[in-house]
Amino acid sequence: MTGMLETEFRAKRATGRKLLVPYVTGGLQGWQDAVRAVVAAGADAVEIGIPFSDPVMDGPVIQLASQRALDQGATPISILQEVRGLDVQVPLAVMLYYNTVHHAGHERFAASLRDAGVVACIVPDLPLEESGPWCEAADAAGIETVMLAAPTAPDDRLPRVCARARGFVYSVGLLGVTGERTALADTATALARRLKAVTDVPVLVGVGVSNAEQAVEATRVADGVVMGASVVRRILEGGPEAAGDYVAQVRAALDAESA
Amino acid sequence: MSLMAEPSATGRFGEFGGRFVPETLVPACQELEAAFAEAWADPVFRAELDHLLRTYAGRPSMLTECKNLGGQLGIRLVLKREDLNHTGSHKINNVLGQALLAKRMGKKRLVAETGAGQHGVASATAAALLGMECKVYMGAVDVDRQALNVFRMKLLGSEVEAVHSGSRTLKDAVNEAMRDWVATVETTHYCLGSVMGPHPYPFMVRQFHRVIGQEARAQSIEMLGDVPDVVVACVGGGSNAIGIFSGFIDDRSRLVGVEPAGGAAVSRAQPGVVHGMRSYLMQDEYGQVQEAHSISAGLDYPGVGPEHSYLASIHRAEYPNVTDAEVIEAFQLLAKTEGIIPALECAHALAWIVRAAPEMQGQTVLMNLSGRGDKDVAQMMDVLGI
Repeated sequence: MTGMLETEFRAKRATGRKLLVPYVTGGLQGWQDAVRAVVAAGADAVEIGIPFSDPVMDGPVIQLASQRALDQGATPISILQEVRGLDVQVPLAVMLYYNTVHHAGHERFAASLRDAGVVACIVPDLPLEESGPWCEAADAAGIETVMLAAPTAPDDRLPRVCARARGFVYSVGLLGVTGERTALADTATALARRLKAVTDVPVLVGVGVSNAEQAVEATRVADGVVMGASVVRRILEGGPEAAGDYVAQVRAALDAESA
Repeated sequence: MSLMAEPSATGRFGEFGGRFVPETLVPACQELEAAFAEAWADPVFRAELDHLLRTYAGRPSMLTECKNLGGQLGIRLVLKREDLNHTGSHKINNVLGQALLAKRMGKKRLVAETGAGQHGVASATAAALLGMECKVYMGAVDVDRQALNVFRMKLLGSEVEAVHSGSRTLKDAVNEAMRDWVATVETTHYCLGSVMGPHPYPFMVRQFHRVIGQEARAQSIEMLGDVPDVVVACVGGGSNAIGIFSGFIDDRSRLVGVEPAGGAAVSRAQPGVVHGMRSYLMQDEYGQVQEAHSISAGLDYPGVGPEHSYLASIHRAEYPNVTDAEVIEAFQLLAKTEGIIPALECAHALAWIVRAAPEMQGQTVLMNLSGRGDKDVAQMMDVLGI
């Protein structure tokens, strides 16, 4: 059965709209307002980061935000409680590292996501071969597990990753960790193109998509983009409003391109 | 079948191990697994490695009987002298193996993490020898307390980057090395320094350190007439311990891995996933990894290699822990009674032997002296107020 996130993304894609998913570090001061601001600015879904002590896929900006949130006492439980109070009209996904799930227990954690109103989950340190137990629990709870596909994947791996993906396929934009770059890597569109050739599941490029121009470039091939560090940096520097303004700018650029 | 056979197809020792890495790194881990299996089975590769171990690292390392201290403790105490290897610790065994393998795989660059600096120095040494580029990540706290090793790495031509994130010790150096590898995987080999990380590292690094146990078993039989009653080693990630345990795993010898009290992952026996592996891990009630605290930078690690978790879970090896105060005593004790200054890491193993000696009277005890203490002298001057 196709889940809510994927159903909504497919429907929007069918209208020609490019999908925009900003990332907000949960537990960071003002993070709920930041989620509301990016939704008001035209986000199609929001990815909420649950901070982890050892975020190996994250660069300096998201590391800093995660550390700050942890220092302010954020926990997976406190963040999921706050998610319930968000009252926004787009699907919410969480991004977390596998030990957060492993420690709580797969079934228990999947249920806590569902109870909080989260519809999807992204686990960047859980590759296809290790994903079985979590995916089974997530499927049973109706949580869509977004799979990541990497530029290093050989051709025969991509269809298997896509077959396991729910919601969308997260096409990793470059070799490296999250963070802003001056240009969109060639690998970003190259991988998105390879994925589009083997799957009908929406393909969104994330990691290294750093501004409106790069988002437009990525969505010439992909169905949408996930934007993390560039959003979080604005929250850190200018608060929720700055993040909202930025996402509105990206939204406008995407809409202008697809119009 | 040996208790130290190969791990399962998914890289597990019992329920521990695995490969919990970002998708980007999966092909690299698979490629490494295949390349290692092929090289390990190739007599040419093995001969090349053996040659380096003999003519460059200085193997075999000898056994030294500690008559003074052994007499004092009422045991027969024998040291496996990995401290006498080139670069001053057992780390060179693994690094020469990995660097040769990396070169065979066409990689031009090594990245490594280091705690006390011993693995960093060994990596920098192998890179210099084999003409490779090398970058070593080291927690900022460790850069301060191991200044001598930082200079050695730079002298050997490596770049050393101080890591300021998290606890600024070994675990954060691993994070940063993995981040580097995610970005550079096409040209770079991650030269991981212990029996930890994603499959095949725990298995591969153990195979490279098996030489310690193989030599020690033959030497023990020659010196003691039998395998030792007790085999003792310190455990951070656990590479020197797995190396010496491997020689006695199928014998009657009692195997003891000694952890620092502030980094006793095995004692807590709580499984977790970090740095690519499922193993015992110090973590809080939400699964956040906790900071280890130890006087020795090399053992300042909240996890442990998965094979140690397995050996603990089946009760084949035991993992007690000792306090910094006991370690400081043991450090001085070996120096004064035997004229050997141990690395602070190995002083953990000795501290346990001193504590447990009353229950081991008359027994033969083999300790892996995995590194020499020169690197710790400046720190100990502060600790002892000299």
